Amino acid sequence: MCLAIPGKIISIEKQFNDTTRMAKVQFGGIIKEASLEMVPAAKINDYVLVHVGVAISIVDEQEAKKTFQYLAEIGELDELMPEN
Amino acid sequence: MKYITEYRNPEWVEKYIHKLNQITTQTWTIMEVCGGQTHSLVKNGLLSMLPQKVQMVHGPGCPVCVTPLHLIDKAVYLAQQPNVILCSFGDMLRVPGSQKSLLEAKAQGAEVRILYSPLEAVQLAKENPQKEVVFFAVGFETTAPANALSVLHAQRQGITNYSILASHVLVPPAMEAVMQDETATIQGFLAAGHVCTIMGLSEYEPIVQRYQIPIVVTGFEPVDLLEGIYKVVQQLEQGKAHLENQYSRVVKPEGNPEARKIMAQVFEICDREWRGIGTIPKSGYALRPELALYDADQKFEITLEKAQESSECIAGQVLKGIKKPHQCSQFGKKCTPITPLGAPMVSSEGACAAYYHFAQTKEETESIITQ
Ligand code: SF4
Repeated sequence: MCLAIPGKIISIEKQFNDTTRMAKVQFGGIIKEASLEMVPAAKINDYVLVHVGVAISIVDEQEAKKTFQYLAEIGELDELMPEN
Repeated sequence: MKYITEYRNPEWVEKYIHKLNQITTQTWTIMEVCGGQTHSLVKNGLLSMLPQKVQMVHGPGCPVCVTPLHLIDKAVYLAQQPNVILCSFGDMLRVPGSQKSLLEAKAQGAEVRILYSPLEAVQLAKENPQKEVVFFAVGFETTAPANALSVLHAQRQGITNYSILASHVLVPPAMEAVMQDETATIQGFLAAGHVCTIMGLSEYEPIVQRYQIPIVVTGFEPVDLLEGIYKVVQQLEQGKAHLENQYSRVVKPEGNPEARKIMAQVFEICDREWRGIGTIPKSGYALRPELALYDADQKFEITLEKAQESSECIAGQVLKGIKKPHQCSQFGKKCTPITPLGAPMVSSEGACAAYYHFAQTKEETESIITQ
């Protein structure tokens, strides 16, 4: 239900007398429409997290790398410890 | 980065499992609150990979599972009105009401549609001005903004034949309800990443303080889940209780203020009944009184007797993490995804269905059951 997946914005258009920004978002091979009303800063080529037709967050690339950096860090720390 | 495959990499999964084995010295009981996380843990076989000492229990975070029986009955009633098109997300259709599910109503001729987005329902209303379109709006804080937005879209376009039957529930009050149950044994939480995407982190600090319990906001992919579990276990092993954010690529500390603004325009906080759990104060959203025109509950006169739950279903205990699905006497017997007795067997995010679907081989079933 709370499933939300990241996709890339490939185009943006306005609707309802320019009050609403809608985007075409690409998920792998599939393109779907999503409202950008909750992510005013989103622009073409950004990855956004889309839930039931609405983009709810812009995915942050720097933060995304942290998961892997973190694992590398705890891995290295470990090697410093003699019993490992 | 595509933000999906990287987080499913088996090598990283194994590394995290290895790290977890290294740091775990005693038994810890951790609840993942969100049904999407339950689904991912079971589907990806993570439960059987975790150290034996790390016990995951499954939380109440499946909106389909906690939608009360009488609301399902209301939706079925509305669907059967000649002038109504009733729409909802796919999962809602098979949830058993006291008489029938929406799917059964559909088979008997009611106009019921599965939609991907509530915004499509507004479009449907526009295309069918002679009909009343009702969207059965369920969900947590993740989904409430989209449902709210559908009402604003209808309002903006002057569409008056659209309304929602709202059954919105909130996560923090449910976590409190889990902790206040005297039989609860939960020592740490994975908080629901997409809920926090909207709401931010501030609601969880008081829970950390009050119960001195680690909470780690966590994503949904295997590597996310393992990092979240690792961070909880690390805190527990060190005797700490903090709020951490594993899912920072998506969850900002302040959440999404735009989404909350939209939600506040449409909804206000109310007491909500949770199927199997009972009424939890201030645990849901209802439409604001000035938007009564878009509130199916007020727009249509619905007079229905309040039905009783099946006495064999222990969904309430499963949803609070007190019992596991296979401890229910009906699991896999009278209750299967084809003949569900309770909602957790219907939704793929319900713990009962997750166990049933993915524990297909005997070994897997055993490894899940021995946990
Ligand atoms: S297995 Fe079926 S009857 Fe038992 S708790 Fe789950 S949904 Fe209810």
